Amino acid sequence: MTNPPPTTSTRPQPPAGETYVWVTGMGLTIGLVMILFLLGLILRNGIGVFWPRRVAEVTFREERDTRFREGLRTLGVILLEQDRDIRDLTPEQIESPDPADRREKQLFIGNRDVYGQSFAFFNAGNIAAIDYPDNVIRAERLEWGDALLFPVRLHSRDGVEILADDPAFDGTLNRLVREVGDRRREINRIERFAIGRINLQMRDLELRERFFARQDALTPEQEAEYATVRQRMAELQAEYDPLAAQAGVLRARQMEYTLDYRVISGEARSMPVGHIVHYYYPNRLNTPARVRLMAHHIWDFLSGYPREANTEGGIFPAIFGTFVMTLIMSIAVMPFGVMAAIYLREYARQGSLVRAVRIAINNLAGVPSIVFGIFGLGFFVYLVGGTIDNLFFPQALPTPTFGTGGIMWASLTLALMTVPVVIVATEEALAAVSRGVREGSLACGASKWQTIQRLVLPASAPGILTGLVLAMARGAGEVAPLMLVGVVALAPNLPIDSMFPFIHLERKFMHMGFHIYDLGFQSPDSEAAKPMVFATTLVLILLVVVLNLLAIMVRNHLRKKYAADTF
Amino acid sequence: MPPTHSRSVQGETRDMTTPPTSAIEAQRRPKVEPRSEKSKPTGNPEHIRIADYSFYYGMSQALHTIDLAIPERQATALIGPSGCGKSTLLRNINRMNDLIDGIRHEGDITIAGESIYDPFLEVISLRKRIGMVFQKSNPFPKTIYENIVYSLRVAGRNKKSELDETVETSLKAAALWEEVKDRLNQSAFSLSGGQMQRLCIARAIANRPEILLMDEPCSALDPIATGKIEDLIHELKREYTIIIVTHNMQQAARVSDRTAFLYMGKLIEYDETEKIFMDPADPQTEAYVSGRFG
Ligand SMILES: Nc1ncnc2c1ncn2[C@@H]1O[C@H](COP(=O)(O)OP(=O)(O)OP(=O)(O)O)[C@@H](O)[C@H]1O
Ligand SMILES: [Mg+2]
Repeated sequence: MTNPPPTTSTRPQPPAGETYVWVTGMGLTIGLVMILFLLGLILRNGIGVFWPRRVAEVTFREERDTRFREGLRTLGVILLEQDRDIRDLTPEQIESPDPADRREKQLFIGNRDVYGQSFAFFNAGNIAAIDYPDNVIRAERLEWGDALLFPVRLHSRDGVEILADDPAFDGTLNRLVREVGDRRREINRIERFAIGRINLQMRDLELRERFFARQDALTPEQEAEYATVRQRMAELQAEYDPLAAQAGVLRARQMEYTLDYRVISGEARSMPVGHIVHYYYPNRLNTPARVRLMAHHIWDFLSGYPREANTEGGIFPAIFGTFVMTLIMSIAVMPFGVMAAIYLREYARQGSLVRAVRIAINNLAGVPSIVFGIFGLGFFVYLVGGTIDNLFFPQALPTPTFGTGGIMWASLTLALMTVPVVIVATEEALAAVSRGVREGSLACGASKWQTIQRLVLPASAPGILTGLVLAMARGAGEVAPLMLVGVVALAPNLPIDSMFPFIHLERKFMHMGFHIYDLGFQSPDSEAAKPMVFATTLVLILLVVVLNLLAIMVRNHLRKKYAADTF
Repeated sequence: MPPTHSRSVQGETRDMTTPPTSAIEAQRRPKVEPRSEKSKPTGNPEHIRIADYSFYYGMSQALHTIDLAIPERQATALIGPSGCGKSTLLRNINRMNDLIDGIRHEGDITIAGESIYDPFLEVISLRKRIGMVFQKSNPFPKTIYENIVYSLRVAGRNKKSELDETVETSLKAAALWEEVKDRLNQSAFSLSGGQMQRLCIARAIANRPEILLMDEPCSALDPIATGKIEDLIHELKREYTIIIVTHNMQQAARVSDRTAFLYMGKLIEYDETEKIFMDPADPQTEAYVSGRFG
């Protein structure tokens, strides 16, 4: 070994190898920038949905021929300002010295029942003035989306009347809206749970009754059962009637008060206070109030049920469905993946066959997910589900019970899809358990299985959990296969509720991934659905992050418990 | 008497002829000196009998017709240059090599007259009678307590009082009790290297085996920890038949009663330790123990 003679030249040497630092770093940078951009976009738009923005009154320039429904003014939330598409510009606009002529503003104008649309674009150059009227109300309604309105008066069926400039007006409206909200929850409780429970029992009894009615002759025992069935049905009917009546009374009270109001284009309208979900004066709020309102909106979104073809209301059923599905999937995928990996790594003779199996498993991870969906439909839904129906639920046929898409089949399909991930991760974790520990255990007189069970599995638990995290992340974000095996845009019931047997694995369910697709691409007014798409995406990402964090926390806890693997 | 070669063998720097360098060394030394145990009445002189034993890894032969008898309750050292088959021989006594594919053997090994290859003998029950300490300490990723009771638990013995007692006696036997008695529920990885190795020894003797196999138990330890383990071996051989593989001539001389010298898979010489070190019959042995080769 001889060192090169010291160079006397002052010319700097090319930095050998350094270029690759830049090349590799650039790869990372590009990836990071794209991810951050995507996350930033979703975060901004997703959070922005909930921020109670001010409502602007836009006045158009008189000399320009811009009108909003005959009027010179419009009311709306200014969402964005952008350059107009050059193809939409007239020659004068292109020539115009005022750049505002080549820009446009998008407004959320609400009042879909009046205007037929919720969003509108206006030429920025045509706008003369923007101000923020103090008395405008933004009201979230049961139908037709939000209304932007100027209140006129409140009046009840029994002739009570309060004008909008009455100092008691705000307090009364506030109280009424709270009351109708409570009543709405009460109606929901009665109809969804109490009446739902009766309906469910009724359905079973009807099936029995139909069976007896079809028989030509009944044995005395059957005769007796038939009688009890009919008697039970009568009892249930008797239970049902007062509940239905109670719900009817509550519903009628929802209509007691009416709010008369005016929209910016001049039309006088009215609606029952019972239709208002929530309202506020967007131009009267200070920042803390806005923040509080935003928290309120976020909570409503997370905990509420969807309304109006999912474009309004909350996404609770979708969150819940996604969560339950991911959970069932994890429960299904863990034992299978881990068992398979243990066999492959610990018991199977390492040879070309095992190598081939391993390659096949890796390839399985690359199969398009829709293929798993089709397999799930054919195998789980039709074959397994159909067989279960024939064996256990023949009285319900031809209405399928398990022989149709449901949360269990969806979870199992995803479990099948993600099992390679778990197998690969588990195998790696098992292989990382040192030979020394295994031999030490055998030398202590442990059998192979005892060694696996007492030492190898606990030591590889963190690695196995990493695999599960990956599987969950993949499963929770998957949509395509679910559409075939049980996801629906609107499910009447949650897969877990207070009705016996509490966990309804055969039910169809909602899923956030599918919700996003449905909102973004299947709804009639995609512009109206856009905020919901962003917000739902944000929640889905957060859910995946939360699931991952949970698993990582468990993993770190285990790691600490079994201390450093290196020593 | 231990040999008084002043040459250091195989990189080992501790030398019995140089004056003690530390107080601990000075304390320890007198305990090593006496060979009183040797004069005690010995047990079965053929506790382990390795009879014309050959062993193959696939095609390559690692052991060539080894024949040796290991006496009960004595320490027998296996020495020889790297790759000569010491570990292979040791690992065959508890059939640890069964895990390797494509192995084959000829001849037989018997323990107290029973063949370890007896088809009616379960390998697990064989291993329960034999404790093993590995070259690289291999504590389980569990607490100190659970490490010790592992062999009892896998045998289905879960009685708390028995486990507690085992932990105490084993750790005391391994001279570790005083250091860890207050932290039995801490991870075994919180111990130092030497403590870990003593923990492994405690684990190996926890379920009172007859035989203790030690494969270079001190190779990764400093002189003080080594000294402790050597003292331990002196204690343990009152009760256990010990076979120890070592590269350290002084260590072999200090702890063992008999020494076997292996070379290229063959048993070259097997005799009283003193004889091997002071007056070897074979010139190869002479060369090896005096450090002239390997
Ligand atoms: N698993 C194995 N497969 C194939 N050959 C092996 C295996 N283990 C050991 N050998 C070979 O058997 C011979 C003896 O190895 P062994 O480990 O018994 O040597 P050793 O005397 O313990 O050496 P060292 O002092 O370095 O530990 C060596 O030639 C080695 O290469
Ligand atoms: Mg060795």
